[in-house]
Amino acid sequence: MSPAARRPAAAKTTTARRRASTLDDRQPAPLAATDGTDRLGVRKTYKLYIGGEFPRTESGRAYEVLDVRGRLLANACRGTRKDIRDAARAARKAFPGWAARTAYNRSQILYRIAELMEGRREQFTGEVIAAEGVGRQRATRLVNAAIDRWVWYAGWADKYGQILGTVNPVNGSYFNFSVPEPTGVVGLIAPESSSLLGLVSRLAPIIVSGNAAIVIASEARPLPAVTLTEVLATSDVPGGVVNLITGLRRELVQHLAGHMDVNGLDAFGLDPAQGAAIEELAVENVKRLVRPPASGSDEVDWLSQRSQSPYLIGEFVETKTVWHPIGA
Amino acid sequence: MSLTKKPETRPAAASWGMSARGKVPWEYAPAPESTDHITIRPEYGLFIDNEFKPSRPKATFTVINPATEEPLAKVARASRADVGRAVTAARRAYKTTWSRLPGSERAKYLYRIARILQERSREFAVLETMNSGKPIKESRDVDVPLAAAHFFYYAGWADKLDYAFPGRTPRPLGVAAQVIPWNFPLMMLAWKIAPALAAGNTVILKPASTTPLTAYLFADVVRQADLPPGVVNIITGPGEIGMELVTHPDVNKVAFTGSTAVGKMIARAVSGSHKKLTLELGGKAANIVFDDAPLDQAIEGIINGIYFNQGEVCCAGSRLFAQESVYEPLLDKLKARLSTLRVGDPLDKNTDVGAINSAGQLAKVQELVQSGIEEGAEIFQPDCVLPDKGFFFRPTLFTGVSQSHRIAQEEIFGPVLSVLTFRTPEEAIEKANNTPYGLSAGVWTEKGSRIFKMVNAMRAGVVWANTFNRFDPTSPFGGYKESGYGREGGLHGLGAYLDLSPNETNGRNGR
Repeated sequence: MSPAARRPAAAKTTTARRRASTLDDRQPAPLAATDGTDRLGVRKTYKLYIGGEFPRTESGRAYEVLDVRGRLLANACRGTRKDIRDAARAARKAFPGWAARTAYNRSQILYRIAELMEGRREQFTGEVIAAEGVGRQRATRLVNAAIDRWVWYAGWADKYGQILGTVNPVNGSYFNFSVPEPTGVVGLIAPESSSLLGLVSRLAPIIVSGNAAIVIASEARPLPAVTLTEVLATSDVPGGVVNLITGLRRELVQHLAGHMDVNGLDAFGLDPAQGAAIEELAVENVKRLVRPPASGSDEVDWLSQRSQSPYLIGEFVETKTVWHPIGA
Repeated sequence: MSLTKKPETRPAAASWGMSARGKVPWEYAPAPESTDHITIRPEYGLFIDNEFKPSRPKATFTVINPATEEPLAKVARASRADVGRAVTAARRAYKTTWSRLPGSERAKYLYRIARILQERSREFAVLETMNSGKPIKESRDVDVPLAAAHFFYYAGWADKLDYAFPGRTPRPLGVAAQVIPWNFPLMMLAWKIAPALAAGNTVILKPASTTPLTAYLFADVVRQADLPPGVVNIITGPGEIGMELVTHPDVNKVAFTGSTAVGKMIARAVSGSHKKLTLELGGKAANIVFDDAPLDQAIEGIINGIYFNQGEVCCAGSRLFAQESVYEPLLDKLKARLSTLRVGDPLDKNTDVGAINSAGQLAKVQELVQSGIEEGAEIFQPDCVLPDKGFFFRPTLFTGVSQSHRIAQEEIFGPVLSVLTFRTPEEAIEKANNTPYGLSAGVWTEKGSRIFKMVNAMRAGVVWANTFNRFDPTSPFGGYKESGYGREGGLHGLGAYLDLSPNETNGRNGR
């Protein structure tokens, strides 16, 4: 476990504390785009990703994202309920088309994500170092694993149905089979400490089957997630299939959990202490729910093969059983 | 196109020798099923540790026959402490016997149960009909055989769990709390208990308050099968007791079948726990008939879809969508067929539609039918004579129904069909999916590619194409959206009773 992961959850960091820290009292930030020359770097504005576009939050507000040593990395959008509403609308619009793509096509698009991430390995590695406070070697492993995870799930697109589906030998003259279908719009509360690999490990199994996702990024470490959306935007993933909101969890999670047009919620990255309250909100439209592990997601070894499974795809699919008589 | 022609001037009903709204011109002789071989005890205790025990403090309530309103027996009303006793018994049995048995031994117990249900099938069928009001031909030909088949199917899984989920080593969950409804009392019992025991769990089942008698007769099957004490426990009481049961901290798995409203209450109550939960909730199924459908078969499917078990079926085809070009001939045939349904004594072997399960349910059906009339839909009911006593309701259909009517939106759970129309497949899809429910759907057309288009587009867990209301233990059943989650039946139904998280050999983390 990296020291960064043990640091107190950002949800507990007060806004007051953030305000108190000014640019003057800190070291230069690692992402401040200085390349050793006199040239002043061009910084990136980290924005939301909704419906294939990169809007700023409707709140017009931001929060400071700090590295593990408390240095400013960037301002991130402080997303709101309305941003989630916009994301839900975009996801609902994108869902039927994405679900109707052939499995082969979804497979190639997920593979394309891996291809484009590969070309940005340096950028992701730098951002993971900055976000998680890990060394270059470990960051490289984490980024490599994230890319490989897309490749792994890409291969499942046209196979999971053969694992999770069945032909049922009913007692009668009927042809009967059960097929998995995507659940619809699925909310994802990304793991808080694993900024990139944790997110990819949860997101890939949601979208590979044809679901559309609304992601609440890690609060303290959202920047690699935002960069991932830039990859998604250029990987032939249709706009709206993945939507990303950054911001303060205490202002966002309940609105995602309670949204009546969201069909599922992966709360694996949620603070388990909040589990009951969030789960109650999710009940209102009978959301499919993945609960946080008892010890929280910070302790998960995301590099392990155990962090990938076709049964994770199964968390957000519906089984449809079809009957037809056999006869002349 | 011949299918779009005007309906024949002679109503189709003429072929049965009656007018569309006419009475059957002959009398049927009564054909009552004998009840003299049925023993109902005056009073039933709670079935815990293979013994009937009075509730503590002792309290009972009366169970009646909904077709006669006569009392059948008194059953124990469990207290909170009784729930605790039942959970303790189930936990002890889980620890000391059931989870330690080899799967092959669990399998043999389940095969025994299946066989005993088959041997005593008529006894179960008659008692089921007396207690629930469903026609004897249904309890005899559907409920009881399917219950036995369910045990037989899951018996075979008990020693094959290692082959069921590639890459995983399945483990039982522990103690399962199961709450079931009154519409298929024995069949729901089998759907719940068979996979739970096959997977190695022990159970506490709470049948519905109005229909506990076949569950308590099943207790005698448990005795005959020599099942170890505490493996199957059955308790009765009102909804609060069901809630006590599912929220008990020593319960690991909760399975509920019933209304969406109660399902949500249960889901809220177990929020934040690590109980595995499956819900099979309400429905408002669309039954879609295209103009190229085999009409006579479709008529039988529509009738079976909504009047089977008095329409008290979560997956009932309660919304008929008729393509406009076939609407008139379809409706004529439907009204004629409706007029031939025999409504009355559930124990009569010729009865098609029996009694509504309770006065409360009858009032709910009446209220919703009244709303249909008030909202402007046109009602049709055949002229049939209803018995003087008992909770009976005429098979009913409404035409001129719009999507916004309550009878098109709410689950009625009674013999009431709402007829709507559509022009194009896209319109049918849009209307059929326009509901928070998603349990089942039906499609009638002779065109194969259209069947698959419709099947793919239905947001529902079971889709019957050119048939309706078929069930089988090998066939997963369950809902999309607010009709619940998890499946019962088949391999999927087995997974609902197993811990499939990665274990030491295939991982501690992740899922």
